[in-house]
Amino acid sequence: MNFWEYLRSRQELLVFETWQHASMVFQCVVAALLLGVAVGVLVYRSPRLSGFATGTAGAVFTIPSLALLGLLITPLGLGVAPSVVALTLYSLLPIVRNTIVGLNGVDRTLVDAARGIGMGRGRILLRVELPLAWPVILTGARVATQLAMGIGAIAAYVSGPGLGEQIFSGLGRLGGANSVNMTLAGTLGVIVLALLFDGCFLVIGRLTTPRGIRA
Amino acid sequence: MPDSSPDAPDSPAAGAAPATDRAGIELINVTKRYPGQKTPAVDDVTLTVPVGEIVVLLGPSGSGKTTTMRLINRLIEPTSGKITVAGRDALGLNPTELRRHIGYVIQDAGLFPHMTVATNVGLVPQMLKWDRKRIADRVDELLDLVDLPPDQYRDRYPRELSGGQRQRVGVARALAADPPVMLMDEPFGALDPITREHLQDSLLHLQDELGKTIVFVTHDINEALKLGDRIAILDKGSRIAQFGTPQEILLNPADAYVEQFIGGGQAMRLLRFSRVADVPLQQVPEAAPGDDADAVRDRLGDTGFAVVLDERRRPVRWITAANLDGVTGPVGERGEDVADPIRGRNTLQQALETLIQSDHECVPVVGRGGVYQGTVTLATVQNAIREMRRTAERAGAGA
Repeated sequence: MNFWEYLRSRQELLVFETWQHASMVFQCVVAALLLGVAVGVLVYRSPRLSGFATGTAGAVFTIPSLALLGLLITPLGLGVAPSVVALTLYSLLPIVRNTIVGLNGVDRTLVDAARGIGMGRGRILLRVELPLAWPVILTGARVATQLAMGIGAIAAYVSGPGLGEQIFSGLGRLGGANSVNMTLAGTLGVIVLALLFDGCFLVIGRLTTPRGIRA
Repeated sequence: MPDSSPDAPDSPAAGAAPATDRAGIELINVTKRYPGQKTPAVDDVTLTVPVGEIVVLLGPSGSGKTTTMRLINRLIEPTSGKITVAGRDALGLNPTELRRHIGYVIQDAGLFPHMTVATNVGLVPQMLKWDRKRIADRVDELLDLVDLPPDQYRDRYPRELSGGQRQRVGVARALAADPPVMLMDEPFGALDPITREHLQDSLLHLQDELGKTIVFVTHDINEALKLGDRIAILDKGSRIAQFGTPQEILLNPADAYVEQFIGGGQAMRLLRFSRVADVPLQQVPEAAPGDDADAVRDRLGDTGFAVVLDERRRPVRWITAANLDGVTGPVGERGEDVADPIRGRNTLQQALETLIQSDHECVPVVGRGGVYQGTVTLATVQNAIREMRRTAERAGAGA
């Protein structure tokens, strides 16, 4: 069976796994975005807390994904739960870091102007700082998505959803029938998804960045 | 708190400070001390800004002039002292609420780059919960006021404007809710000299119409002399070395520090920085187009001419005894058109220029709405300078 024949014969399963993969990455990045921006907003004004937050996220980042997934089996069991937790944790670092960098990068004279015309803390954050930091935060989410795509494939190690299943089964019976086809299908699927998501980010960036600060 | 104060000055009527209260802004024994610093940044400053006047805080960097200004809208909280703004105790108000009723203009305008010109200008009215229509109308009105046609500029983003245009929008934003008081922190500092000059003139023109109480911070002595009704020259710790009108400061510097700050060339500067409004105007007989020629002739007296005013008291023509020779009935359109009148805000130098170029020996002076107030002649200017000198000498001898 050549690659095309393999794709056709497993069409339904492959589409399902691709969908699962995409959906898992999407949900994890959205969760990380909400959590990461919230953490960033809480800490960005204090250099010490900012350091602590990026440091912690960075420390999580250094744990090999296989090890983290394995460690999560004990408290969370197999399947979706450990995969989603691991993916969200990995996605946090670029988002938290970019939120802090983005918010600190907002011109202080603009914040001063905002205070001077009578904006309160919350309003300054929502109307001035976050919109101006948004392109940087979005870049963080984009990096997080690319990361989650790749790490998501490893989630199959804990029986997580997605295209990792193809890759792991293929590698598991290397030399056997269709083993290369399976690995290839899984890998190419992740690559195509990654490119698709990246394209989406360009569109989202274009749509959500006000014309006045578009590059 | 926000909407509870019954006299929240977001309507023009409530915005004006009570006429009985002549202090637009008052600082009484205000001190700002930063922790860990030996000398206070602002040391026991007492300063009164009269209603409707521009007071310039002038000093070198590090003199605490910006700090002093930022104490007024509580961007910096004073360590001790009392501050009133438009008759209200500033320290007793919610700072955010206070700032919505104080216009604030900074260097480079501080416009939000992700918002259009209209959104930027409408920010304060929006926070004060005006309805959309009222905000849109107000934005257009303000853009007109600062010479930026709304149709053309409303939907632009700040980066699509020149530095001067941005600063105009900055001024419009500060004026949006018609605050009685404005704070301007070196607003024209980053502009090229020609644009700066132009915006200074626009500001004076605006001030003629609006009569705001303005605190203006600068380190440029010429800007201070040009714009200030009064100037406070500040030394370290915001010590007020001298507080007075431009003339008083030029003619009678209080100490060596002030003298060194203003430099030489006082006589010409006096002409450049004294305003027509500050000198006694010469009154000449007046007439209206409908007046009877005989009556006007009687009125001419020794002057030999009269100024003809239209129904809104704007000067239109000079009329002389010769014009009236043999005329009976209304004076009508007789006489020569007056040259462009000068305004109270114009400098004596400008008045002098107009006089030299004029065919007539005097030039009419007008106030708000172009209403006639009197005339200036060469003798008026000369007398004014002489009088200023004499007053200064007397004050100097008394001191």
